[in-house]
Amino acid sequence: MLFVPQRFLCLGIRTQLLKTVSSLRSFRFSALATMASKHKNAKRIEGLDSNVWVEFTKVAADPSIVNLGQGLPDISPPSYVKEELAKAAAVDRLNQYTRGFGHPALVKVLSQVYEKICGRKIDPYTDILVTVGGYGSLFSAMQALIEEGDEVIIIEPFYDCYEPMVKMAGAKPVFIPLRDKKAGNSASSADWVLDPTELASKFNSKTKAIILNTPHNPIGKVYTKEELQLIADLCIKHDSLCISDEVYEWLVYTGNKHIKIATLPGMWERTVTIGSAGKTYSVTGWKLGWSIGPQHLIKHLQVVQQNTLYTCSTPLQEALAQAFLIDFKRMDDPDCYFYSLSRELEGKRNRMAQLLQEVGLKPVIPDGGYFMIVDVSALDVDLSDMVEDRPYDYKFVTWMIKSKKLSAIPLTAFCGLETKEQFEKYIRFCFIKQDSTLDAAEMILKKWSKQTA
Amino acid sequence: MMAQLTGNCNEMEAKMSRPVQAQRLEGLDKNVWVEFVKLAATYPTVNLGQGFPDFSPPDFVKEAFVKAVSGENAMLHQYTRVFGHPALVTILARFFGKLLGQDIDPLTNVMVTVGAYEALFCCFQALVDSGDEVIIIEPYFDCYEPMVKMAGGTPVFIPLRPKTPAPGKLMSSGDWQLDPAELASKFTRRTKAIVLNSPNNPLGKVFSKKEMEIIADLCVKHDVLCFSDEVYEWLVYDGKKHIRIASLPGMWDRTITIGSAGKTFSATGWKVGWMFGPDHLVKHLRTVHQNCVYHCPTAAQEAVAQGFQREFEHYGKPESYFVQLPQELQQKRDRLVQSLLAVGMKPIIPEGTYFLIADLSDFKAEVPNLPDCEEPYDSRFIKWMIKNKGLAAIPVSAFYSTAQKRNFDHLIRFCFVKEEATLKAAEDILQQWKLKKTGP
Repeated sequence: MLFVPQRFLCLGIRTQLLKTVSSLRSFRFSALATMASKHKNAKRIEGLDSNVWVEFTKVAADPSIVNLGQGLPDISPPSYVKEELAKAAAVDRLNQYTRGFGHPALVKVLSQVYEKICGRKIDPYTDILVTVGGYGSLFSAMQALIEEGDEVIIIEPFYDCYEPMVKMAGAKPVFIPLRDKKAGNSASSADWVLDPTELASKFNSKTKAIILNTPHNPIGKVYTKEELQLIADLCIKHDSLCISDEVYEWLVYTGNKHIKIATLPGMWERTVTIGSAGKTYSVTGWKLGWSIGPQHLIKHLQVVQQNTLYTCSTPLQEALAQAFLIDFKRMDDPDCYFYSLSRELEGKRNRMAQLLQEVGLKPVIPDGGYFMIVDVSALDVDLSDMVEDRPYDYKFVTWMIKSKKLSAIPLTAFCGLETKEQFEKYIRFCFIKQDSTLDAAEMILKKWSKQTA
Repeated sequence: MMAQLTGNCNEMEAKMSRPVQAQRLEGLDKNVWVEFVKLAATYPTVNLGQGFPDFSPPDFVKEAFVKAVSGENAMLHQYTRVFGHPALVTILARFFGKLLGQDIDPLTNVMVTVGAYEALFCCFQALVDSGDEVIIIEPYFDCYEPMVKMAGGTPVFIPLRPKTPAPGKLMSSGDWQLDPAELASKFTRRTKAIVLNSPNNPLGKVFSKKEMEIIADLCVKHDVLCFSDEVYEWLVYDGKKHIRIASLPGMWDRTITIGSAGKTFSATGWKVGWMFGPDHLVKHLRTVHQNCVYHCPTAAQEAVAQGFQREFEHYGKPESYFVQLPQELQQKRDRLVQSLLAVGMKPIIPEGTYFLIADLSDFKAEVPNLPDCEEPYDSRFIKWMIKNKGLAAIPVSAFYSTAQKRNFDHLIRFCFVKEEATLKAAEDILQQWKLKKTGP
């Protein structure tokens, strides 16, 4: 309400002011109405605000909780990796911008490492993009190649960001679950398989891409050549792309081999393969990843990069390049970190499995990666007093964090709405943890099993 | 069977005839930096082109970084909080809260990004939709336009217009001004946001309080958001003051303020940036961020936090880096101005940033005017200068919309955040050039 000063006694002016007051009032009402819409979010992020990690990392940040939830190594990265970063930080030029699509030293060594593995020439400047973690590569690939009208096949359970990223790109996620061929009795990640007919039925003329994750998070499945061939055949038949998330590529355990789908006939030209420094060198906080593929695809990811963040950190890329050079030179040597880390983790995997088995649980032993899922329904924990409408595993993990001081991640965080019932009895543990952490987990689990006995 | 095969063939053809890339990338493939950074790296040049210091970040931040990566806390090599390392968002909230006289909550009002670039990206992706208009003041940091377009928005341009300086005075970035009536005419009911960049890259303009108030009034009147790119906030000269538009009445609730460790601490390669603003807007940027890069690297955030802590303690004092750096840069600016004047290029004195625009209109150049040539004059001039004089700069037409490029194609941008030796080398090249033209 505007205060009308005494001095405006002339009727004409008062009328004018009154008109002004009322029009201001109606302006304010319409302004409020539009304000609601003007400050509203863009449609592309509608419904994408919740995130399992933001929720559970907050809860597990309490240092009294034994954290086997988020995929966060608490083991130290190899010392030479840290040393290279300290060295890089001391060089003036390395504290300034480098090449947008990837620091020359890094893309060169990446091309060398992957040429050796793939058995084909990889141009460091046109076939590689360095991104902010594997996450950044996934985002760049989706923004570059996926749009409204497209369908993208996602295999469940899936690393949770795939679905919101597909949606943010305006496309429709089409889910297909891995199914336990032992019907609830699985003991190995290899038991979880795709049904070929079911998979074929998901492909159609709108299928722009399928997202493959091998070794798989959360189950730890390492796809066999036959399984990859099945997927490859469908990609070729329907002229679909393959976004292959291979961040755990080095972490495969005895009896298993990581195969790159891009090396299968007809696949190089339609595949973007993603890798991660965080998983390779146990430096998740470096947030460096890369996309490798044919120029005609990578060039579009590069366009996304130049319009999103332009370039990644220079000293980190330089340090990573130096570390890669060290390990490239010993790629035929068992001491190479790519293999030594895998051996170390296999030991931890076995220990984790044993701990869970000793308390009467049946873990699904992973063939790769550093996660293990386990069916907790056998513990028959009464969660009826938890009223919120959430799947069983969410409630279980929340309860377990609170009452057992042990954290994990609920498996339904990794599936679409339709399959929640299938997966809600599983939780995921991360075992890339130092011995003292696993010791603490052991104590909790032993105590727990004594209580339930 | 045949029908099925034919069906598949048609499907394949349809797919193959469509481009593989998404439509959102339409027209976004060119990039001035990709082109000119490559050129400057290909030829031996004294590089006054891309904006980065060729000297070291200050010791206290370098040491903080080395400490963070080689210290006992190995967890600094692992993921930190998604929306910003706690130590960093805490000090940013405290530091800028004090400057703005605003209560800033580190967890809900601040977010750390991969450079200011990602903060800008998040603004557009979070808040700009198809059909939205975004006002961009020309000349502008080139990424604003493609980012608006990638978000499906429509850029609406308004140029800063140069006024003739007072007689005997050199033109200053302050002589370039917005026409208030023209600005007002750009606001429509579809206007979602205006991008403000002060101090301005490439011109160096530091918007005055009065100029900001004009913009603020229009934002409030039309309920428009403001994306305020303030990466050069510390680099203001001649006693000028950097005004934060978020501190003006009615503006906190509608403004995202963006900053950069790269510019603040002369460490562009760290790619640590941030933004702050009201939670009801920042929450949408959080959604984009968590679906885009998710975390930012940890160690550099820790180092930047230490840097800010130190500056908080020394704020306003002579030993503050935020006091010393602009003092140092003002001298470099003045020196470059003299070098350019001496050869007949007309510098426009920047009130801020570490960029300086030189007008080539009266410069008798070896590069001829080719009115029918598609490539702007300044771009051709610089390519020639790189190859023949070994001196790199950036064409100012790159900072203009397609409609305006022709009107501003005799301007080139020099970057002067360079060490003495570099500026001396540039000076020598310019002197040699002059001698060659005019004779001994």
